[in-house]
Amino acid sequence: MTTTLTTQTTSKTPKAQPSPASAPGAGVKDARPAMDEAGYAARIEHVSKSFGRAGAEQLVLDDINLDVAPGEFVTLLGASGCGKSTLLNLVAGLDKTSAGSIDVPGGRPSLMFQEHALFPWLTAGRNIELALKLRGVPKPERRAEAERLLELVRLTGAHRKRVHELSGGMRQRVALARALAQDSQLLLMDEPFAALDAITRDVLHEELTRIWSETNVSVLFVTHNVREAVRLAQRVVLLSSRPGRVAHEWNVDIPHPRRIEDSEVANLSVEITEELRGEIRRHGQH
Amino acid sequence: MASTDTDTGAGPQAPETSRTPEQPATSDPARTQTGKPDAAADLAGLEAGLDALDTRTATRPPLGQVLRRKVVPPVVAIALVLGLWQLAFSLRLKPSYQLPGPLMVWDALAEEWYKGTILSIIWQSVSRGALGFVVALVLGTCLGLLVAQFRPVRAAIGPILSGLQSLPSVAWVPAAIIWFGLTDATIYAVVLLGAVPSIANGLVAGVDQIQPLHLRAGRVIGATGLRGVRHVLLPGALPGYISGLKQGWAFSWRSLMAAELIATSPELGAGLGQLLETGRAYQDMPLVLGAILLILLVGIGIELLIFAPVERRVLRHRGLLTTAH
Repeated sequence: MTTTLTTQTTSKTPKAQPSPASAPGAGVKDARPAMDEAGYAARIEHVSKSFGRAGAEQLVLDDINLDVAPGEFVTLLGASGCGKSTLLNLVAGLDKTSAGSIDVPGGRPSLMFQEHALFPWLTAGRNIELALKLRGVPKPERRAEAERLLELVRLTGAHRKRVHELSGGMRQRVALARALAQDSQLLLMDEPFAALDAITRDVLHEELTRIWSETNVSVLFVTHNVREAVRLAQRVVLLSSRPGRVAHEWNVDIPHPRRIEDSEVANLSVEITEELRGEIRRHGQH
Repeated sequence: MASTDTDTGAGPQAPETSRTPEQPATSDPARTQTGKPDAAADLAGLEAGLDALDTRTATRPPLGQVLRRKVVPPVVAIALVLGLWQLAFSLRLKPSYQLPGPLMVWDALAEEWYKGTILSIIWQSVSRGALGFVVALVLGTCLGLLVAQFRPVRAAIGPILSGLQSLPSVAWVPAAIIWFGLTDATIYAVVLLGAVPSIANGLVAGVDQIQPLHLRAGRVIGATGLRGVRHVLLPGALPGYISGLKQGWAFSWRSLMAAELIATSPELGAGLGQLLETGRAYQDMPLVLGAILLILLVGIGIELLIFAPVERRVLRHRGLLTTAH
């Protein structure tokens, strides 16, 4: 069955948008109009990045062009050394591009790391409230909003829990809630489930898909796990390594709910893995 | 053609609307005919199970156990030391004007107590120590932040600051007496020179120990500039800062005793150091030992009553305190 479609162009076909069940952060300034006007959640144009001293630079990203449509779920896939985390840092504004431009019309994107990065000196709820405070949510509303976000990640009642009292999966869910607390239109995720066990990761895939469809946030998700990329995304972007370039793109038309063990997911994963292996093989040939 | 995959059967029979999270966590009846479990109900139950399996609950040990493990050993140790002391006294290893027994020391302290001066002597020292410490806290914190945050400042005075820690602050006493004479200013100068480097170094160490990931996470959620200092830098540095404060207190107390011992004059109120010096002047060994004991007790008391609880609280909240088993 041909539910998949192999394209090599940077097509910006808008996908069938999942229905938003609730608007996040009601009552706070909404960045959506700016994004709707622009027609994309993030636009990466001719972005290059090199590290090292002048004269001995190492090119990590080479002429990357990528658009993330509003509400779209894109996974960036690549072997180590493809600069996928570097690209995410650039989009997050944690680092500067060497060339090219990145436009994020919806304001500062939120970012989730492989480690939870929660502040251990605050409770789970206070971590979320801090993000709300820094976003400018007035104090009386913070508590209720934090409770709402905890409920969204199914951690009702965990407000007063200390970070070290939570399991790995719960910490990542609190981290997701904190990222959502920023009410950004673009959620960047840097291998957020890589350190979790397989069962927990599977559950969090389902959670992420559900939350994505409920909040209508755009997601740019970095991973080296092909199945994970296919399981989650509407579009999979394969980066080549050293330097990172956009090598291929696949639109994933497998309907939700998906499972990582579904045969459609497996079939497309095989195809992408072949491509990925080809990319890796090229590095051993010269 | 897609219908051949009966085991996976992803298809239109599972519409979006069935995935609302409000559904109760039922188990088997929620499965659909294709063998795919109803996503929402199954997921909520699965997640609750995982959370329950993975969560470690920390229990505080019962009071009896705490007493047995934390209180009894030091009491036994103190009793042992007193016993050996008494034994050495009873065997007359040294003449009693050199080695008085515990009871003689106790009597000397009791005599001071009946004179009604002992409390004011202790208070004199403690209030000097506390005031000096508070000033050192302010100066040390500002200095520490400057060194931790600005590279040129760190390059310039960082090594000096660490070096000052190894300089015994009693070395400053002669200089301070020449600068300020036998006044309170001398005493405070010595206390500050002893405590400020410790506090500043503690803060610098604390800032250096902050995980870079926390700094990045702070920037991502918008904690930049002063808000970054307030919400990420200072709380992140707190464990190192508190050990710096503890050491700072120990250094101010030591420096204070050194200063009081050397800088004695009628104009200066009498503190524990002066009591010690009086004992030495009159060859009153029980009084000397009594004064040493008091100095020790005040130092231990402030550590136990103020710093230890604060430190334990901070570490416990961060999961850094392993409960003693």
